[in-house]
Amino acid sequence: MHHHLILRVVTKLLVGTIILYALYVQFHGDYSPGGGFQAGVIMAVAFILYGVVFSLASVQQVFPPWLVHKLVALGVLIYAGTGVVSLFLGYNYLDYGAFTPHHPEHGQHYGILVVELGVGVTVTGVMVAIYYAFAGRTPVISDEEW
Amino acid sequence: MLVITALTVVRTASLFAVVMLSGVFSLLSALLLVTLDAVDVAFTEAAVGAGISTVLMLSTLALTSRHERPSKLSPVVPLFVVLVTGAALFYGTLDMPNFGSADAPAMLHVYPEYMERSQHEIGVPNVVTGILASYRGYDTLGETAVVFTAGVGVLMLLSGLRRRREDDEDDDGENQRGSG
Repeated sequence: MHHHLILRVVTKLLVGTIILYALYVQFHGDYSPGGGFQAGVIMAVAFILYGVVFSLASVQQVFPPWLVHKLVALGVLIYAGTGVVSLFLGYNYLDYGAFTPHHPEHGQHYGILVVELGVGVTVTGVMVAIYYAFAGRTPVISDEEW
Repeated sequence: MLVITALTVVRTASLFAVVMLSGVFSLLSALLLVTLDAVDVAFTEAAVGAGISTVLMLSTLALTSRHERPSKLSPVVPLFVVLVTGAALFYGTLDMPNFGSADAPAMLHVYPEYMERSQHEIGVPNVVTGILASYRGYDTLGETAVVFTAGVGVLMLLSGLRRRREDDEDDDGENQRGSG
């Protein structure tokens, strides 16, 4: 899409905003609609949009495939690790009250934030990885064919 | 609106238009969910249904053909199945409680308890997040694991195919060299 000037400029403007919005949905999920799943998808959309309008190579420079593959596993580890930490603190698995024993409400808050972060990281990784896998196999098609 | 979009999807032969229309369909169902006050679900539907899956369908389209092959089968049997299923579903909705009625089963079972307890037990204003991440933490862990497994599965399928094809090409090259 080298000659679509408007698309390229608008994408450059939008990508930052989309990532910012994804972070908002991620970390504001306990006050407003949204959470890890939605934030992960929105975050992935930012990279996919960049990859579609520019090229697969340029988005892979920013977000290399090896990093994406690590993120896929990292998210699940963050989630499961939270549970293990609360186990070691002498509470039940995934009982977030463990993090601040004097004030379980705050612990719940931190726990939910960390867990949602894990979900978000995994979802971002999986979505971008699937896009890479598809786009890596696709022959570049000329605009006229659409 | 949903019905019109669905009918257009069925009638259109250009697959590019079909992919775009299914995105429209997702967006409309997201609006429907907003009117039902299920904002979290609507959010997911808009992001996943209208956003990601449209992109993935487009990249699949780029790998395959862009036009639907006209079907030679008679449409009578599928139409009959669809009509019967639709009628059964409509019959099922007759037993459903009215929209927003206070004595609906969903409002009576665990719902009041969650509404009451979550504010002082978890202190998170969005009860949906509280239930998902705390009361139902194991379920969400399972869901994350499902997303993880699905992603790894797709990756292995796609990259495995590519490697095999490269191997085949190598074999061909060697054979030609051998025969030449």
